[in-house]
Amino acid sequence: MSMNSDQQMLEDSARQFFAERSPPAAVRGNRAAGRSFDPDLWREIAELGFAGALIPEMYGGSGIGYRGLGVVLDAAGRSLAASPLLQSAFIGAAALLRHGSPEQQTRLLPRIASGELTLALAMDEQAHHRPEDTRTKAHRVGDRWVLDGHKRLVADGDSAALLLTLARVEAEGSDSDCLRWFLVPATTTGVTRQRRHTVDGEGFADIEFAAVELDAEAALGGAWQDVIDIACIGVASTMQGAAEAALALTLDHLKTRSQFGQLIGSFQALQHRVARLYVDLQLARAAVTAALDALDGPGDANSEGQLQKLASLCKALCGETLHEVSNETVQLHGGIGMTDVHDSGLFLKRARVLETLYGSSSHHRDRYARFVGI
Amino acid sequence: MNEIEEFRHTTRQWLETHCPASMRTPMSEREVVWGGRNVTFPSTDAEQWLRVMAELGWTAPSWPRQYGGGGLDAAKVAVLQQELRRIKARPPLYSFGLWMFGPVLLEFGSEEQKQRLLPPIVRGEIRWCQGYSEPGAGSDLASLATRCEDHGDHFLINGQKIWTSYANLADWMFCLVRTDTRTKHGGISFVVFDMRTAGVETRPIRLISGESPFCETFLTDVRVPKDQLIGPLNGGWEIAKRLLMHERTNLSAEAFGNAAGLDLLDAARQFVGLREGMLIDTDLRARIARHRMRDEAFRLAVQQARADGARGGTAAASLASTFKVAAASLNQQRCELLIECLGHEGLGWEGDGFSTDGLRATRHWLRSKGNSIEGGTTEINLNVIAKRALGLPDPS
Repeated sequence: MSMNSDQQMLEDSARQFFAERSPPAAVRGNRAAGRSFDPDLWREIAELGFAGALIPEMYGGSGIGYRGLGVVLDAAGRSLAASPLLQSAFIGAAALLRHGSPEQQTRLLPRIASGELTLALAMDEQAHHRPEDTRTKAHRVGDRWVLDGHKRLVADGDSAALLLTLARVEAEGSDSDCLRWFLVPATTTGVTRQRRHTVDGEGFADIEFAAVELDAEAALGGAWQDVIDIACIGVASTMQGAAEAALALTLDHLKTRSQFGQLIGSFQALQHRVARLYVDLQLARAAVTAALDALDGPGDANSEGQLQKLASLCKALCGETLHEVSNETVQLHGGIGMTDVHDSGLFLKRARVLETLYGSSSHHRDRYARFVGI
Repeated sequence: MNEIEEFRHTTRQWLETHCPASMRTPMSEREVVWGGRNVTFPSTDAEQWLRVMAELGWTAPSWPRQYGGGGLDAAKVAVLQQELRRIKARPPLYSFGLWMFGPVLLEFGSEEQKQRLLPPIVRGEIRWCQGYSEPGAGSDLASLATRCEDHGDHFLINGQKIWTSYANLADWMFCLVRTDTRTKHGGISFVVFDMRTAGVETRPIRLISGESPFCETFLTDVRVPKDQLIGPLNGGWEIAKRLLMHERTNLSAEAFGNAAGLDLLDAARQFVGLREGMLIDTDLRARIARHRMRDEAFRLAVQQARADGARGGTAAASLASTFKVAAASLNQQRCELLIECLGHEGLGWEGDGFSTDGLRATRHWLRSKGNSIEGGTTEINLNVIAKRALGLPDPS
């Protein structure tokens, strides 16, 4: 579906906001200040209504929808802006909207929309994304839950107030059907988080859950898989923006750098390399758009099977395209691309983190192959 | 009910009544209806399907009513296409007139030319061919040398065209000719003529696939009436480029992707085999998955571009080249993977001992090598993308 004029306006204003307020160079600023994101930036993002983009107006949100918020994530990805937008406004809000009880929604959504409450998806436990092998356990003690386990490299895990945690409910069986999401306030006794310094400088943390006691209402209802699919689509939107921005950066260089008495962008060998990247980007963009539209669409477009397939499609395509683009960005910039002062490296580092988050491109190709029956 | 939903409702009912059941089944290459003076129909249903669609102008749904078209706006064209896809209706007509010549005639032709030449295209009565490439003018199309001289009341054309698709079966040709030798792009004109005109000779070219979809076309003292010049004299290059854009868009959206025959996934399951639900050859499985994902994304991109509707100028040209590059590479990949899945069964040329599907897959694979050459090579289209979409400077 094409963008309507509201979405077009949103795209223009979101891109302008992030370009002015948090250009890629801000990553260096955060690094120097020793913080994973700038709280002032997050407040401004919330004031623009982006933190509540998925949330209906009755809960204080702006109800822009998935496609609309996808446009904003894309804009944030373009400038490598660090903020709770993906984790809290996209993944966290979506999980509560789809699986939260009316009580949970009434209590939490308005605070997410205002930006005051942030969430993080605490899911993966090992070197790779294997949710069906989740070992974090939840068991009932009376009318309460007790959580034990360990989560590896939780994005925004150093700052989020509420950890959306995947755990196995042992009493209910041992297969993947008995995985559930739990809302764990980060300040609960028994929760320990340790900031981990990843290449991209964002706020990752390892998190321990040691006999963490939770209220009965801490568990979300329903299926667990769609939250991961939504997370993948959000990451894909972010990667698409980052890849397009890295290509734009490279094109600027090709149009200004002269060697052998001419602009290097006039060399056909280089033109064809970037033209192929452009073609790949158009395919990846179509996949993200279709996935976001499916999330906004009626139940049948949004059926579980279709959503899983589109999620893997866009996660893998945007991931492999960003991979290529980020490598070419360094190579086509030549020596300057290897320096810390240049933005090429920022894109490269963020690229690898996003590619790995919630399943590599290879993981999602494998998953797609299973969906199509080979 | 709003106007669009109303249109969808009546269209669906009309198709239910008028689209014969046999026209809702997959179509082999031999069953394609190309129209023309010597039209052949594979069945009476195919003949009827073309007639009823043409009567409404729905073979050319976006063309104005006064030229026989359907007169539908972009939103309604999209609805019609969705409804046709919904029932898996075959296209009633394949036609270079519909896909390439008609759209540029609508833009550049005189009123008289449009009234005379467009309605027979809509009805499938005249089959057109494209006189573009020459032995010395392939990727560098504007270096074409077929001479066209002004002889007072007519033009006289001498030269040779090559890679003319189905010239031996066509009724009329749209043709690029040189009307001024002093300037390259500014000395090209766009003319049309009847293939029965004295001095027009066609000779099919046998390809590596064994088929001959292309011809050499020899033009010797061909007399063309002056009212068969389209657009201004020496103004043909603009028209030529616009037509190429339509050709690329169409090649991408229609021709390459919809090859009949074995489905790649079915062939993989049947000939390579599954173990615990997964293809036994894991490397091949990964490559097929990668291909299928790109293919699905490409189809989504085409759908989204259709829904976005018309766009002009530079955006349209770079989109057409983008889709052409992607479609050619995807179809070639699909054909290669299919042959690989077939193994020994994909090596047959003809005769007993090989299945019909296997033989067809082999021929398609060979034919697909042309996808990245015809309609502008992949390299030329990458040049177009570099210049138009990415704004990179011309080579010095």
